Amino acid sequence: MTVFILRRLMQSAVVLVVMSLLVFVGVFAIGNPVDILINPQADQAEIARATAALGLDKPLWEQYLVFLGNALHGNLGNSFVFNEPSLRLIAERLPATLELALSAMVLAVVLGLPLGLYVGLKPETALARTIGAGSILGFSLPTFWVGIMLIMVFAVELGWLPSTGRGATVRVLGVDLSFLTWDGLKHLLLPAINLSLSRIALVIRLAASGTREVLHMDYVKFARAKGLRSRRVILVHVLGNILIPIVTVLGLETGAVIAFSVVTETIFAWPGMGRLIISSITVLDRPVIVAYLMMTVFLVILINLLVDVLYSVLDPRVRLGEAEARA
Amino acid sequence: MTALTDEGRADTGVAVETPLHRFVAEFAASKLALVGLVVLAAILVIAIFAPWLSPQNPYDLAALDLLDGRLPPGSASADRAITYWLGTDDQGRDMLSAIFYGLRTSLAVGVLSAGVALMIGTALGLIAAYIGGRMESLIMRLVDLQLSFPAILVALILLALLGQGVGKIILALVVVQWAYFARTVRGSALVERRKEYIEAARCLALSDARIMLHHLLPNCLPPLIVVLTVQVAHAIALEATLSFLGIGLPITEPSLGLLIANGFEYIMSGKYWISLFPGVALLIAIMSINLVGDRLRDILNPRLQK
Repeated sequence: MTVFILRRLMQSAVVLVVMSLLVFVGVFAIGNPVDILINPQADQAEIARATAALGLDKPLWEQYLVFLGNALHGNLGNSFVFNEPSLRLIAERLPATLELALSAMVLAVVLGLPLGLYVGLKPETALARTIGAGSILGFSLPTFWVGIMLIMVFAVELGWLPSTGRGATVRVLGVDLSFLTWDGLKHLLLPAINLSLSRIALVIRLAASGTREVLHMDYVKFARAKGLRSRRVILVHVLGNILIPIVTVLGLETGAVIAFSVVTETIFAWPGMGRLIISSITVLDRPVIVAYLMMTVFLVILINLLVDVLYSVLDPRVRLGEAEARA
Repeated sequence: MTALTDEGRADTGVAVETPLHRFVAEFAASKLALVGLVVLAAILVIAIFAPWLSPQNPYDLAALDLLDGRLPPGSASADRAITYWLGTDDQGRDMLSAIFYGLRTSLAVGVLSAGVALMIGTALGLIAAYIGGRMESLIMRLVDLQLSFPAILVALILLALLGQGVGKIILALVVVQWAYFARTVRGSALVERRKEYIEAARCLALSDARIMLHHLLPNCLPPLIVVLTVQVAHAIALEATLSFLGIGLPITEPSLGLLIANGFEYIMSGKYWISLFPGVALLIAIMSINLVGDRLRDILNPRLQK
């Protein structure tokens, strides 16, 4: 077990270093930020001074080593635009993004699981067919367009919910949270629904197909034969057995949700790191782009690692299979 | 096509049924899939013949009249020459024409990128399955790595690095998608490789390339076709998303995503049509492809066949 975790840790570290190299070299190749930042009337000497001040006159490998060394100290360079440490800019906006992403995941489970169970248990009813068709729609609808439609209907036409910003926040342990105030909750609702829609559809599909499979299993038939109430059979025997794949898939989806919040944040002017990255790409603010990409890549790798380890704890076949493959 | 279907149905006896007959009959058995197919065909016709079908050339600035800006659907133009059935945008552009042209761009980018990804992914997947060894583990490691990152993150990284442009977004979409094809092909090629006909081909001392392309590939096609439809839909949605964010296609190649982004600022003032209709067009395109793809999956998946 320890060996498995250690090996996965090593793999993750290698991937992280490779990605950092890729991101750094790639970002280095785009445009010259000095052209954008400096006054167009500046003379040669001034441009050279600015280039030197930003460390852009050194060779690429040296810049990478400096970058790597600094990165290990938690310093990913100052933003050219805000003139603040880029990692701090990202870290300040991270809680907003995580709050949005986690709310979306919670919504996906709370709404998707019961609906999926229902479809799996009673697939022939009209309601189940409607839910099934709705889940196909949920997969097909592009997130950004759904967001616009949500704003159009609930903010503009009906005026029920606000369409931009985060609303009032409460500071808990040094982190601002929206969902603890009524105003914040109202602001959170539309973006969270928007971000969770395709995941709700995913959970519905997984839960429905899982339920349909599990219902034919002997242990469910046996539980029924024992005369257990059908509520208990469904909640304990069925639900307990369909949860493992759903938890795994959702775990892996968390990274995608964080990455996809770029879209939702842009539409709802949610002050998270996704909004920052889009504006940074347009003004070529290299340190912020690098910091965002590294942060997101790190989060994705971390989540994948955690899910893998959890999965191997839950399901011993995984690590046994790995050990056999090695031998 | 209907003739074939009727024939297939009339002859329930298996004797005269060809695989194509059966395929068409099975596809037509789902009314929803048929609707999807018809809609998809209509969209393709619109996309291909957009310049001849559009009431107006939306990107000929001389044809636009600023006085017609932001007219609601059904308004007539100032000179009464045409009716704007879907309204106009801020430049006085007929939305219907803009959507026709946008469909053209979106579909072209989607089909082209999924097509290139198909070729690259298929080649790598075949090589991985047929040659095996180091090559296989290298390719499959790359596939796993690629698939462990969310598509939009990979696209963001690439577009942040490459900048805007049609070629660049196609490249980004290809990088996002090739791994799906490689994984699919390898999966079915691994099964096919062990069958007798491959062994027979080897005994005839045919070249590896010939066995891979003429013997292995044709037998891996069914799952590939399904993945291709899904990926075309994905590519269209992802391109629209990136263009909406302003980091996809440049303003000179207006896809549906860009049209939607363009109308987004007018949503608040109740001018819904500038965003709504391109979005509906995008949705219809994606839905029809998915419907056809779903049906193909049901038909081509041997496990689901009764």
